[in-house]
Amino acid sequence: MSAAVQILKPFMSSSIQPQGAAEVHPDVLLVERARRGDMAAYEKLVKQYDRQVFRIAQHIVQNREDAEDVVQDAFLKAYQKLDQFQGNSKFYTWLVRIAVNESLMRLRKRRTGRMVSIDEDVETEEGSMPRDLADWSPDPEALYGQSEMADILRRTIQGLPPGFRVVFVLRDVEGLSTEETAETLGLSIPAVKSRLLRARLQLRERLSRYFKRRNGQAQGGEK
Amino acid sequence: MTCTEFLAQLDDMLDQDAAIPLRADLQEHLRECDHCEVTLSTTRTTIQIYRSHELYELPEDLRERLHKAIMAKCKKC
Ligand SMILES: [Zn+2]
Repeated sequence: MSAAVQILKPFMSSSIQPQGAAEVHPDVLLVERARRGDMAAYEKLVKQYDRQVFRIAQHIVQNREDAEDVVQDAFLKAYQKLDQFQGNSKFYTWLVRIAVNESLMRLRKRRTGRMVSIDEDVETEEGSMPRDLADWSPDPEALYGQSEMADILRRTIQGLPPGFRVVFVLRDVEGLSTEETAETLGLSIPAVKSRLLRARLQLRERLSRYFKRRNGQAQGGEK
Repeated sequence: MTCTEFLAQLDDMLDQDAAIPLRADLQEHLRECDHCEVTLSTTRTTIQIYRSHELYELPEDLRERLHKAIMAKCKKC
């Protein structure tokens, strides 16, 4: 989308609204148009959210071809189910929910005979109590090059159980609220919170071995 | 305050705006406990690092291919 359109968008949507009415999210207007058969409106929604859906799918299925399929299937399913979309949740979270379900289905297919759900592997105690308590280098980003860093981050998050990974990705990477994450995954809010904490602590623990302050490195501060 | 009690609040500390000062009892624990101090700061860094790196970029050519495929499928249904 061009910058000009992005700037114009809020004005365009507010001009449609009568004065004083609650602001309708621009996505809702696009959905309404798409429902009436306006393909360009739906394409706009695809362009708006394809990157996020691809990212989320990659994080869950951990395989590029499957992630591509998920993007296609999720947008197709969403299109077919547009009539079921209720304006009371955001289109984005509704779409993410479809994408997460598609991703988990793919994962299940690949690991034949093994059930995969977001409830899997969550009974671990790992990560509830931090073990590695060495402080990190003041600037971990400076320790590695861009692509090496990305490799470390990918490898590290891939080691988390799917049920932790997906919560961390939705909440901390994609920026959904705790409530939206719960709604998207069909989990209770306390369940999201406890998984999020464990995911964060496990990632921290695993990253420690890369980011630890090295011997001989200058100590910053007085502590 | 024990470390376990402190860690039970970690969630809220991580989600709250870093500019807002922490509750006094939490601050007090942080002052005397290096372990919790390190846990809080490195967990914050963990989240921030993941947020700032695009780990799975969608290349433009693949993106276009996906768009075409999606729109073609949608038109058929
Ligand atoms: Zn402590």
